[in-house]
This record gives sequence, structure tokens and C-alpha cells, in this order.
Amino acid sequence: MTKKASPNTKSWRNIPLAFLIGGLICTLGQGLTEFYRSQGLPKDEASTWASVSLVFLSALLTGMKVYDNIAKYGGAGTLVPITGFANAVVSPAMEFKSEGFVLGLGAKMFVIAGPVIVYGITAAVIYGLILFFMGAF
Amino acid sequence: MAVRKGNTLFLETAPSVISYGAVGSKKESEGPLAAAFDRLWEDSTLGEDTWEKAECRLQKEAIRIALEKGELSPKDLQVIFAGDLLNQCSSSIYGLRELGVPFVGLYGACSTMAESLAMAALFIEGGFGERAAAITSSHFCSAERQFRFPLEYGGQRTPTSQWTVTGSGAAILGRKAAPPYVRAVTIGSIIDMGITDANNMGAAMAPAAADTLRRFFRDSGMAPADFDLIATGDLGQVGSDLLREVMEKEGCPLEGRHNDCGLMIYDRERQQVEAGGSGCGCSASVLCAYLLPALQRGELKNLLFMATGALMSTTAVQQGESIPGIAHLVWLSQEPGGK
Repeated sequence: MTKKASPNTKSWRNIPLAFLIGGLICTLGQGLTEFYRSQGLPKDEASTWASVSLVFLSALLTGMKVYDNIAKYGGAGTLVPITGFANAVVSPAMEFKSEGFVLGLGAKMFVIAGPVIVYGITAAVIYGLILFFMGAF
Repeated sequence: MAVRKGNTLFLETAPSVISYGAVGSKKESEGPLAAAFDRLWEDSTLGEDTWEKAECRLQKEAIRIALEKGELSPKDLQVIFAGDLLNQCSSSIYGLRELGVPFVGLYGACSTMAESLAMAALFIEGGFGERAAAITSSHFCSAERQFRFPLEYGGQRTPTSQWTVTGSGAAILGRKAAPPYVRAVTIGSIIDMGITDANNMGAAMAPAAADTLRRFFRDSGMAPADFDLIATGDLGQVGSDLLREVMEKEGCPLEGRHNDCGLMIYDRERQQVEAGGSGCGCSASVLCAYLLPALQRGELKNLLFMATGALMSTTAVQQGESIPGIAHLVWLSQEPGGK
């Protein structure tokens, strides 16, 4: 009964929007890579700079209170790329500044991103070990 | 002295709501009830440096306005029943600490306005004092911070989620031969039907609302048609649909008498609030801005005010517990009881 009364997420609207906005962010990233390469940087250095730029832009837009408004429409499109991660770190940092720089900002900065980091690193270690042993044979 | 029938207390000495005040912020000022509020702030910080202080300020202003309208001073109050959504009821405590009025802090989640109103009415009925106040508040930003995600976090809200009202309502009860009178009070029981989705509060509260209504109608021998309006607190669209369906199934259809404060305060189509408003500021501000004045003017003759609460603890929900609901009911009327 509860399921019947509860409307579902509007997938017909959210999925194409996520595709569009996520795609736009990735296109911007590719554009940045091309730009850095045209300035004479080697390929992997150029893509590192593109990532750094995207993180900076996302953090800046979060600080300017714009990012969440884009995310309202972009959904997974703004969540999945590297920009979503920056937003997940900056937003609690801003929010908990009122409890001080140590117990507020410092302690709460990773409330959302923390689990991703923990399990990301754990997964990386496990895969690294697998690769290591597979390489041994 | 009140007469008890079943779970309902019928008040004989006709305590009345003698004054009230309602305040809100930007989102409320864009809603359909904007004109009814006593004061609205364009800026949801209310000029304070934290969201918590902003919420305290809402309570402070609501009680100040209620006192002013009733030409009263804090000394005229013998007790104040207050509550909010934050841990340790901090908005009420910090908001009201300068008043110097005997204070009872209550927690009933979003049902707190009906709870405090009921307590204040019973306090007067029992003859324990001349005047008692009931006040609650909520603030979108302080609630999001405590229960959900940081404000600037880029996430999407689910269609069943509700928007916490930034507002407060204060009602002062006493003895005055003028409506609105409090006629009866039904204290709700904790009802848990196993809803675990913290973004679907309406569904968690609807069974509690149905349970309290059922008891009230059984105890009073009355029917939905005897009331101009049955106003639930913040069931939103999902919970309202569920409540109507449950009541219909039980052979007690609400026959168009039901509306929900969470649906009255915002325009869901225009304001992107998903399933509607919520929070204890929701039922409190709608009661004090719109329902009480309508009773006083005679546009409403009999009103069932039933604020609903999802008694959610973030810790318990993370541990896999379901969300219990509760609903307290207050019958407000143009006619005094006890005849």
C-alpha cells in the first residue's frame, strides 16, 4: 500500500539529464586536456591538470552555492565525475564551519567522502595484491 | 474537570486560545499562506550567524508576537510547553531562556505542536494556572544538517521526501469567553508499521494518524462530517493519500474534510517541495497563521488539529530500526464544551 502511494523518481527525466550534464562535465574535462596539451604539456600531465581544474571548479561552484542547484537537475551526472567528490568534501566543510575549525570543519569534512576513500583504498589494496600474485605466476 | 472516555479527554471548563503568533521565512513567504503570517524573513539566517541561532530566533519572535497581540508580558505565563526537532530540544531552550517562564521541554518530532497545545489546554483545565503557552519551531537548514546532508551537497531529493518548514508558531491558552475553545484531546500511541525509508516520513506517520482518529471517533461518537476540517500536521501527499485510503477501508471515510498542513503551506507544483512541507514548525505555523484565525472569525466551526510525528532517530535508523509514528489530536471549536 505504501509502495503504491509513493511516487517513484521520474527516470524519464532524470536519466537523460544525468547523461547530458555528466557528458557536459566530461566534455569540459576533455577540452581542458586538449588545452593543456596545446600548451605543450605531455599527455598524462595534461590530464592531471584537467582533473585538478575540474576539482577546483567544482569546489568553487560549491562555495558559490551553485553546484547543488546544478545537481538538482544533473543527479548522477554531477555525482559520478570527479566534481561530485569535490562537492562532497567542500559542502560539509562549509556547513560545519560554525562548530569551529577543528571539531567542525576538520572533523566533519569527510563525513560523506570518507567512506568512499576508505573502501576505495581498501579495494585498491586488494586488487593490487591480486595483481601482484597473478604477476608472480 | 476533564471527563475521560476511552483515550479521549473532554474538557469541561472551556480553556481557550487567547493569543497566537506565527513566523516564517523565504519559502513560506512564497507559499499560499504568506499573507497570514505575522512576520516573514526574506533571509533564512534571520541575520544570525548559525542556522541553530536562526531557529531560536524564530521561537523568540513567535512568542513575543503572541504576547504582544494578547497584551501580555512573560510574567503572565505560568508555564510554557515547547519543543523542536533538534537534539536536546536546543532551539526551544536557547530561544526561550531569557523569558524566565517555567519551562517544560517536549519531544514529539513533528507532532509536538499538538502535544504542547494539548498539555497547555490540560494545564488550564486542571486549574493549575491562568495562562499557558505552547510553542514549536523547525528550520529547514538546521534540520537538514542534523538529519540529512549538508546544504551545498549536490544530491537529488526523492519524490516522497518532504521540505522542512522554516517557521514557528506560538499559542497562549487561558480563560477568556471567546473562541477558539479547546474541547477535547486525544493523546496518540506509538505506531510502527515497519517503514524504514527516512525519505518517506508521510508513510511512517499515516498509520498513527489513522489510529488516533479512530480512537477519537470511537470515544466521541462523532463522525468526520461533524467537522469542517480535519487538519493533519505534515503527512504530505503520500501520507495523506494513505490516511484517506486506510480510513475509507475501515468504513470511516474522511469525505473531503481532510487537509494537511504540509500541503497547505506550500504550492507543491511551483515550489519544488516534493511531497509537501514537514517539521514541527509546519503544523505550528499553519495553526497559528491560518487555522486559529479562521476559527476566531467563524469560517471554521469545528476543527480537528492532529499533528503527526515520525519519531526518527538517525542512529536507530542506521542500525536498521524502523520509524515509529505518533499523532496527537486536539479538537478546537467555536463553541465551549461542558454543557
